[in-house]
Amino acid sequence: MTDEIVRATLEHCVLVLVSVGVATAVGVPLGVWLTRRTAWQRPVLGVANVVQTIPSLALFGLLIPLPLFGIGMRTALVALTLYALLPILRNTVAGIAAVDPALREAAVGMGMTDAQLLRRVELPLAASVIFAGIRVATVIGVGLATIAAPIGAGGLGTLVFSGVASLDDTRILGGAVPAALLALAADGALGAVERRFRTPR
Amino acid sequence: MSAVAFDRVAVRADGGRPILEDFSLEVASGEAVALVGPSGGGKTTALKLVNALRRPTAGAVVVGGRRTTDWDPIALRRRTGWVIQEIGLFPHRTVAENVATVPEISGWDPARTRARVAELLALVGLDVARYGDRYPHELSGGQRQRVGVARALAADPPLVLLDEPFAALDPVTRFALGGEFRALQRQLGRTALFVTHDLREALRVADRLAVVAEGRVRVRLAPDEVAACDDPVVRALREASGL
Repeated sequence: MTDEIVRATLEHCVLVLVSVGVATAVGVPLGVWLTRRTAWQRPVLGVANVVQTIPSLALFGLLIPLPLFGIGMRTALVALTLYALLPILRNTVAGIAAVDPALREAAVGMGMTDAQLLRRVELPLAASVIFAGIRVATVIGVGLATIAAPIGAGGLGTLVFSGVASLDDTRILGGAVPAALLALAADGALGAVERRFRTPR
Repeated sequence: MSAVAFDRVAVRADGGRPILEDFSLEVASGEAVALVGPSGGGKTTALKLVNALRRPTAGAVVVGGRRTTDWDPIALRRRTGWVIQEIGLFPHRTVAENVATVPEISGWDPARTRARVAELLALVGLDVARYGDRYPHELSGGQRQRVGVARALAADPPLVLLDEPFAALDPVTRFALGGEFRALQRQLGRTALFVTHDLREALRVADRLAVVAEGRVRVRLAPDEVAACDDPVVRALREASGL
């Protein structure tokens, strides 16, 4: 059983890291782009919101019949990535929008190009808000990955669901306790990163 | 040739409301001119025309012999120092990093930038060893404004724009910094446009005053002409400053 828990925990970590990683790689640049094309903010954030609103099991159910998906880790990863996208996207847009307009004008007035403004002023000042989005996405991801077990995602949910099916409390706890600890650890670690990026005042 | 010339400039807000109307002013090279007048009169807008943060709706602003609309805005801004109220310092960057901003974005090599930062901080009376690694929030208001002036001068711009730079300071510090700025401007021979609503400060920092109200330059004055001027705006400014 210990081996099984270790393997399931590793699988779980892979699910979360890959989905949050992809969501960050897509969400942060997309969020930055949205701050440059504000007309697109409403539709794009609206779509992301709708995806977020769909109950997770329903989303899994919707993806399974699609070609290239079906039962398995890939479908789970796509769903988890979609869920991670919204908090990261929203926080990137909000973090950059919250930069004091006077600072932005100061930077532009000193002769910064748009790329310099972004790299030297906007991203550093928005970093803690963006990391807060990544933290939320990660914590949600740990929870959602547990629910993804029935569609063949693997991970700690497998233990919980098979434990429930066989009325085996030890199995249930073997999945549930590590999942809870994982969520707490991710929250704590990323919270520390977030605080490091906070602007001194 | 004048360093800056406003030629019958008009600026309208997005809704069409006029901010500047028939605004004309010439600033000679090496001269310090104060734009003085009540708030909302268009002083800041006039300043932002010079570094192309705003575009004229009509007329032209000529800087260094070229219309601002013909300049590459980035190049124009890098040769134009800009000092604003203390909010303009980047809170996430140290004093030295703030001063290094324009040299860095212009691609100076790091050793030259470092030397220049130390030189400038010394020029405004701050020791780089003591203050270089501090963050803006660790400084007093007066020190922050000194850093703001140093930052604006970092890339050795021939022209410096100052928008109410000392307005947030207590009167004593404000008076001192005005004097220091004036001495520095004379010593370096830079052209300066200084926006203020305080006539006393304008007299202290400038060779010449342009009184701005309701989007126009009402009067152009030498400091010794202020006392006798009977323009109602000038009279009101005089009374407000207790002169």
